[in-house]
Parts: sequence; C-alpha cells; structure tokens
Amino acid sequence: MEERLLMKGNEAIGEAAIHAGCRYYFGYPITPQSELIAYMAKRLLKIEGATFLQAESEISAINMVYGAAAAGGRVMTSSSSPGISLKQEGISYIACAELPCVVVNVMRGGPGLGSIQPAQGDYFQATKGGGHGDYRLIVLAPSSVQELVDLTIKAFDLADKYRNPAMLLADGLLGQMMEPVQFKEFDEKSIPSKESWALGSSKGREPRRIVPFDLDPVELEKIVNRLKQKYQDMQKEVEYELVNIDNPDIVIVAYGSIARIAKTTIQMAKKEGINIGLIRPITLFPFPYKVIEDTADNVDKFLVTEMSLGQMIEDVKIAVKGKAEVSFYGRTGGVVISPVEILEEVKRLLK
Amino acid sequence: MKEVFTKPKALTDVPFTYCPGCHHGIIHRLVAEAMDDLNITEDTIGIAPVGCAVFAYLFFNCDMIVAAHGRAPATATGIKRVRPDNIVFSYQGDGDLASIGTAEIVHAANRGEKITVIFVNNAIYGMTGGQMAPTTLQGQITQTSPYGRDSRTMGMPIRICELLSTLNSPAYIERVALTKPAYIVKAKKAIKKAFQFQVEGKGFSLVEVLSTCPTNWGLSPKEANEWLNEKMIPYYPLGEFKYVEEVS
Repeated sequence: MEERLLMKGNEAIGEAAIHAGCRYYFGYPITPQSELIAYMAKRLLKIEGATFLQAESEISAINMVYGAAAAGGRVMTSSSSPGISLKQEGISYIACAELPCVVVNVMRGGPGLGSIQPAQGDYFQATKGGGHGDYRLIVLAPSSVQELVDLTIKAFDLADKYRNPAMLLADGLLGQMMEPVQFKEFDEKSIPSKESWALGSSKGREPRRIVPFDLDPVELEKIVNRLKQKYQDMQKEVEYELVNIDNPDIVIVAYGSIARIAKTTIQMAKKEGINIGLIRPITLFPFPYKVIEDTADNVDKFLVTEMSLGQMIEDVKIAVKGKAEVSFYGRTGGVVISPVEILEEVKRLLK
Repeated sequence: MKEVFTKPKALTDVPFTYCPGCHHGIIHRLVAEAMDDLNITEDTIGIAPVGCAVFAYLFFNCDMIVAAHGRAPATATGIKRVRPDNIVFSYQGDGDLASIGTAEIVHAANRGEKITVIFVNNAIYGMTGGQMAPTTLQGQITQTSPYGRDSRTMGMPIRICELLSTLNSPAYIERVALTKPAYIVKAKKAIKKAFQFQVEGKGFSLVEVLSTCPTNWGLSPKEANEWLNEKMIPYYPLGEFKYVEEVS
C-alpha cells in the first residue's frame, strides 16, 4: 500500500503534477494558490532538465506554456481567478493549435480584484471556453485533497489524449485545506509520445507548422468543426458521483468544496427524516447532463448550490429539461456556504 | 551552367506576400542565409508574429509556430526550455515587440534566454493599415497620429536597442539598415552573428533592422529608402550596442 502523506491542497496539486511527469511549469504568484508556485519552484529547480520559471506576468506564463506544449513538453501553469482571466487569450490560442497543457484555477471571490477567499464564480469562464472563439476546455472539479491529486494526474492524461488544454477547477478552500493523500504508482511510459507532431528538429521529415489561425473562412471553419468533433468525443469522459440517489425527497447538485459541504447537510437531514440525494459533477466539461436528466424522471425538486450567483444551474436546467423544479442557493464574495444554510433551504423548498 | 545566384535553402518556394519596396523580403533572405551558412535549418524553430510577417511561418523551411501578438519571446522561452538543443528565433515587428510585447521582450532579454530575436522596425503598424507605432517618429503622420506624432501627449519613439542594452543579461544587440549594399552586408553579418551566439550558447541576441513600409508611409520604394536614411537613421543610430563574449 502506498504511503499516506498529510499535504496542503496547493502542494498536493504540485506534487501530483510532478508525479505525472510534468517537468515544465510557468506561473506568476497570486493568492490563494501561492503555495503551488512555491512548491513547483522547490521541486522542479532540483530536477535536471526541468524548468520552473516565474514569468513576468500571467500573460507571459500562458504563452510560455504555449511554446513548451508546442515543443512537446508536459507543461502546467496555475493561477487564481483574476490571473486566469489574463491567461484567456493564450488558452484560446492553445485550444486552436490543439496543444495539450494543464491550467489550474484555485478560484477566489470576484469580480474585479474581488477577494482572496474561496468562490466558484469562474464556472462560466471555465466551462464555456473563457477566451474568444468557439472552443472548450476539459474541466475537472475536485472536492478533496486526494481528488486534487487524482484529477491533476487525470488532467494531464486527458489533455494529451485530446490535445486540448485541461483545467483543474479548484477553489481557495481546497487549496488551503490539509488532508492525507496517497499517490498511486505512475507509469511514465503511459505518457503518449509527441514526436509525431511536436516542434523540434526537422531532420528527415517535412518542417512542421503550428498555426492558430486561417484567414480563409472556409478553412477556419474546418478547424472549428474538427474541434467540435473532439468535444463530442470527450462526452465519454463524463464523471460524477451519486450519493443517496434512491428515492430522495430532493436532489442537490453541487461541485467542488460545496458538494462536500452538502454531504454534511445530507447527514444532518437524515437525523430529521429528510432524504436528500446528491449529484456531484466531477467533469464540468463534459457536463453530466444525462444522469441529471434521468434523475429528473423520478425526482420533483432539484437544488443547485454554488459559491456564485448561479452559474452551473444553467447546465442543470438544460439537463432537467423542465421535468422538475430547479432552485438555487448561493453565496458570493468569498463567503463559504454552511451545511446548516443548505439544510434550511432544503426545508423551505420541501414545505 | 554555373550557378551565380540562388534562393537560400532555408526559404520555401512559397512566394512572399509583402508589398513592393518592403524590406521584409530582404530580411527573410538574410535570416535564411544565416541559417544556411551555419547549417542549422533542420534544428531551427521559428516564431512568426502577428502583423505582416505572420505568414513567415510559410516562408521559412524549418519548424514554425505563430505566436500571439507581442508574446513571441514568451513562446520562444517555452520552446527553448523544452528543446535547449534547438535554435529558436522570433521575428517581430515594432508594434508587436515594442508596444504590446514590451514586457515579454524586456524580461526574455533580462533572463538571458538563449534565443535570437529579429526585430523589424518600420515606424508604423503595417498590417492594420498604418497606425502609429511606439517607434513612429516625432511629427510622423499616421492614421492614429493624423496631425503628426506629438511627443507631449504621445511620447517619444522608443529606442529598443538602447533600452535593452541597459540590462546586464543580453549578449548581443545591434541595429542595422538595408538601404545601401554596404548596410546589407553589415546586416547579414549581424544576423548571422545573432544566430552564432545562440549556437555557442552565449545568450540572448537581438538585431533591430530598420525597415521601410512604402505602402503605409505613402512613398515610393525609392522615396521610402531615402526617408529611412534621412529621418530614421539619425534618430535610430546604427551599430553594435552590446557584444558580450562571456555572459556572466
């Protein structure tokens, strides 16, 4: 059995990335993910041939990622909400050029400079592209430190599999939390070879060109359609967790740290004879529409709870297709929702 | 038949898309000749900018990538860190390098990234149709300085070679022009030297090439060359600004 280590969320992401063979990291300091950049510095600067680089800006960092990914490196950048906004142009380029990389967003309160407390206000930005043009990221939403590890590793694998940027969408609560974690053995041979497409030496082959544009509309449309096909193929990667889903009075849909808080609500409610189910999307893109729709055939009421004004609720409503009532409870600004608050909302809805 | 003149091997057969009298074509040729001379084409990765030279990715016969506007030095950094044995160069215009990408060029130079930068300064935005560049001369009329660049509100034109030469880290910085055969010979030497520095692992190198934009300057190619000689060279003196044999 693997060793159990007590780790802080942000550091666990860093260790998981290195564990998964990430040898290139470009970033810029921002709270509440500062431990992650510091961890990458501490570790990567001691690995021969690896690069840790504190970039001059978030914009530079993502464009370094663009170059490193094009050259075939397993590469990551990380930031928190305002910094992720700055990276969006670069992410759009990387998506168009079909390059793999991992972007970590340890979300904090917004808009604007916002706060440094946990929030989930970047759901739209993460799941609907975020930058300009038609593209999507693979978006994974951990809800424990162990999942920060597992989903960081998975993000690298999915990014490589689909040659698409993958985002780990965490929040300040997870980043700052300490929990025991285990690292499963990772086979570096599982990293797919990039020699068939990455930039390098063109000896013995035609020169390669990585070009995130085409001025001919028909040709650009072909690129966009190829991306669309890829996003459809990604649907098979849908992952979610179901809790207490047999005949509940109401189903909560929540992701990340709020899903975890909702599990406490479920325990509290049981003692009061209220039966609450939970659907926790683990992949936010692709989104688990089908399981929500199927659940809506048997359940009248859904409560979506998020640390935002209500963003994921739009996807839940699309999934439910009007078959059930979908309500929302959210807090913003960096206020973390308590289990009691959610329970009170449930009681109000069931009245 | 004896071959007296031939296209460099480091250029493809794709015809250039540049306007008559524009210097990009000459600069591409000089870069390609340097790659041929040093026998590095197969190991070179080039970065095309946003702007008229965006199509450089079609013209050079090596691996190429198109970077976001201004970000070529960052993209070059990422590539070079993954492929330290390859030769990495960026090809950038004045809007790209000296305006939107100022932070990237200053910091890539300051880190001493082992890359080569070809900086084409024609004192105007070409592809977007002739707007004021950070290197537009005082009094110069452009679409966005229709009454002439007024230094009181628009600042003075930025001298990139001088600015970067204040840093310790860059290894080689030179400014050249192409308006006379003698200048072209010097420019060719400078560009080759810039690549040579990278081959030898000496560090960051940049060659600024003063260039014409007859289309957006509203001049004939001949007049454009004269304007460059009379107006640009006095403000942007030619020469070597930095030459460090061993970078500490």
